Amino acid sequence: MQCDDTGYIIFISFPVKTLTLTTQPNKGLSMANEKNNNNNNNNNVEQSTKSNNLPKVFIHGPPQFSIVLQPNPSQNFHILNPSSLPSLHEFISLNPHQASSISAILCTTLYPVNADVIRLLPSLRLICASSAGTNHIDLSECRRRGIKVTSAGNLFSEEVADMAVALLIDVSRKISTADRFLRRQVQNQFATWDFPLGSKLTGKKIGIVGMGRIGLEVAKRLEAFNCMISYNSRNKKPLLSYPFYSSVLELATNTNVLILCCDLNDQTKYIVNKEVILALGKGGIIVNVGRGALIDEKELLKCLIEGEIGGAGLDVFENEPNVPKEFFSLDNVVLSPHAAILTSDTFMSICQLVEQNLEAFFSNKPLITPVI
Amino acid sequence: MGSISVLLVAKVIPYLEQELNKRYNLLRIWDYPQKSQLLTQHSASIRAVVGNASAGADAEFIDALPKLEIVSSYSVGVDMIDLNKCKEKGIRVTNTPDVLTDDVADLAIGLILALLRRICESDRYVRNGNWKSGDYKLTTKFSGKTVGIIGLGRIGTAIAKRAEGFNCPISYFSRTQKQESKYKYYPSVVELASNSDILVVACPLTEETHHIINREVINALGPKGYLINIGRGKHVDEPELVSALLEGRLGGAGLDVFENEPHVPEELFGLENVVLLPHVGSGTVETRTAMADLVLGNLEAHFLGKPLLTPLV
Repeated sequence: MQCDDTGYIIFISFPVKTLTLTTQPNKGLSMANEKNNNNNNNNNVEQSTKSNNLPKVFIHGPPQFSIVLQPNPSQNFHILNPSSLPSLHEFISLNPHQASSISAILCTTLYPVNADVIRLLPSLRLICASSAGTNHIDLSECRRRGIKVTSAGNLFSEEVADMAVALLIDVSRKISTADRFLRRQVQNQFATWDFPLGSKLTGKKIGIVGMGRIGLEVAKRLEAFNCMISYNSRNKKPLLSYPFYSSVLELATNTNVLILCCDLNDQTKYIVNKEVILALGKGGIIVNVGRGALIDEKELLKCLIEGEIGGAGLDVFENEPNVPKEFFSLDNVVLSPHAAILTSDTFMSICQLVEQNLEAFFSNKPLITPVI
Repeated sequence: MGSISVLLVAKVIPYLEQELNKRYNLLRIWDYPQKSQLLTQHSASIRAVVGNASAGADAEFIDALPKLEIVSSYSVGVDMIDLNKCKEKGIRVTNTPDVLTDDVADLAIGLILALLRRICESDRYVRNGNWKSGDYKLTTKFSGKTVGIIGLGRIGTAIAKRAEGFNCPISYFSRTQKQESKYKYYPSVVELASNSDILVVACPLTEETHHIINREVINALGPKGYLINIGRGKHVDEPELVSALLEGRLGGAGLDVFENEPHVPEELFGLENVVLLPHVGSGTVETRTAMADLVLGNLEAHFLGKPLLTPLV
């Protein structure tokens, strides 16, 4: 670790594999505060003129976030808080004059960028999200202010599709349940494997909710299993040959499996409700790799317990990381801690993509993955 | 037909047992604590044996059943049946090909995903309440990884087709190169292992393929390589596999079968880079029912003097 001229600590390297993305108290804050106060008093003349003139970028996320997303030093912009310390509110209260110098922020779904945050930054022109989804960013406020927003685009589509299929096979064939069963077995010469049968996946009727990039990747994978694909989406896709249903209820009525790959917004909240779950039927399976609130979680839990539905594979929940403990005793669910994009491959890619978007923006070139 | 004695040497789904009981004089091997008792009482009348992946009829047993005409296996693998002895004595052998191909291939892909993406471990993580302390660690992407398949028969081909949906380059090893195949052929298992991220065992168990996964192959697969076994436990030198996993010489293993089922090496229970399944390759209601129908259909055809449905011998 070394300190740069502004007193902020720059990390040279950090083992990405031990990353945790939950918020933690800013341990280094008081130390950074002290250095910052000293520097302000000294009016640091060693700070290069060049970096003073560069557009300023702020990393708006928990401390570990910058470890993942640390863009390489650039000729075109200057990162104000390479260690992601202090938080934006702390930074502005300590450096009120700097708030108006921030042109761009990097953000994560953990720290929503609502209108209040945007109003703190009168010169903000670009928000680079590290996720594919942008429902944690107030896009109308951005449009009003002319602020550009980039996302992770289709970068994670394969990983998310892989997770959806992983959960589906696991629920159908009881893989996690069986692994758990074996590890608990008392090994003796009379042990027998009396394990319940699963249900066949090949040939099943799959209903995909949301036919964006992720939905398409899921469809492609399951077609190789001879599954029959149909979908519901905001709009029918004229170039797709899969049958389209104009409501999730109709889709559920005509399929055995629902895979949720859509955005969460006002129209899609609780789009999977009791009616939809019952329409899917007793052998039905629901897989959710979208957002927790796409499903009425309490209702799903009830239906799983009462056997009104076959099973569920869930990577997302309404109130992460809190998962209702009633799920934990069920053998017909597979629970995943919002891990659809948490592979070592994705982290390298998102880092590169954010850098590319920043470079493009500050050299007046077209953005790579613009949302607005 | 009720007077035909059929011996069931393995547990099967209730539907099959009930149908066999309806149609024949059904004897169950577990009703006789000593095999000698069974033979003393019934060896002169048993005309058919129904076995499965774990139990069949070896040479000694075949010799002890002078009236044996047919062995109908409730499995596709027949390594538990002495085929040469059956040929010698004119005993028919049937198995259950095709009906279970999809299930086994589905499970192979399910094992790969569960292993690389740590699905079972993550599920445990959530159930133990650990998510509140932080995210689970980064796992390994499956899409795009190189898949090497040992045995490009029905099951191997079905696995390849599914893996292609994940943009995986496919290569294979088999007894002879398949000229019409678009996949890359390697003339040895070691070479296949050296050039694969994920190695899948999908061939029959024979004398030649016994311990086809040995120390050399495991080392070639390496610390970033993954082994998936949906064949037979004896395809793998199990003690070598265990030591490779414990020493970090192999990235991980997804196992549906073990050398000495139902025994699982206990050292594996503490590892997070293995997925362990109790031989469920064909374990769905749909498939086990279809397999049962094949067993019943073959027996019926035989005793009516009609052509067998799925004969091997």
